[in-house]
Amino acid sequence: MARVVVRVPAQAKRGEVIEIRTLAAHPMETGFRRTQLGELIPRDIVRSLVCTYNGVEVFRAELHPAIAANPLIVFTTVATESGTLELHWSGDNGYAATHSAQISVV
Amino acid sequence: MISRRHFLLVLGGFAAAAQAQLDPGRQAQRKAAMEAAVRAVTGGAPVREGKVKLELPPLIDNGNAVPLVVTVESPMSAADHVRAIHVFTERNPQPNVVSAFLGPRAGRARIETRARIADTQTVTAIAQLSDGSFWSDSMHVVVTLSACLEEGLI
Repeated sequence: MARVVVRVPAQAKRGEVIEIRTLAAHPMETGFRRTQLGELIPRDIVRSLVCTYNGVEVFRAELHPAIAANPLIVFTTVATESGTLELHWSGDNGYAATHSAQISVV
Repeated sequence: MISRRHFLLVLGGFAAAAQAQLDPGRQAQRKAAMEAAVRAVTGGAPVREGKVKLELPPLIDNGNAVPLVVTVESPMSAADHVRAIHVFTERNPQPNVVSAFLGPRAGRARIETRARIADTQTVTAIAQLSDGSFWSDSMHVVVTLSACLEEGLI
């Protein structure tokens, strides 16, 4: 189950820099670990996070196996207009999660 | 008759020799991997120190989730902003940690995440500015319980 937590302020002043905190529930299996029988556990990670603000991309991150399990990403953006912030997580084995948050700019 | 002191000295010598033989090859390999990863980002452009601030706890109890903050001094305007922030490690199995792509709409050049740090090593953050220049900051961290060592335990 793709479970994602996103924290975005519900209201902001125009031009204010807002902080977006997001966390995805994911084991981030590195692909370097082995089972007791010595078989390599295949890699299963979240590879990217894209944030769009009213359809325009404002932030993108590429993740690697060196990101801890349950990847947390905190970034900022300028509150320009009221609308929707959409976060798209995607990863190995068809992992995909989308979360949208509303923000009203006064 | 071999004394205890002499025996321990010889044993210590062997251990040092074994480590000296084992380490350089692997270290060189990891170093080359990191240099290749940095080159893939910079394209051979010079990387200067400064402007970037990498924050990590200097002593890490558990390398499996290490809070990591990168801030870059930048006005983040359309003319002068940070395009990307990359984080690399010297001794993880893979040098890349995270690559973040920002723009003038970020408002502030700051990212925060949690990383796996495999060993006592140097972590480097490199930022690419809109004028094409690269700036970096490095930090040496000591790890007591490293990530990636739980092999065979699951």
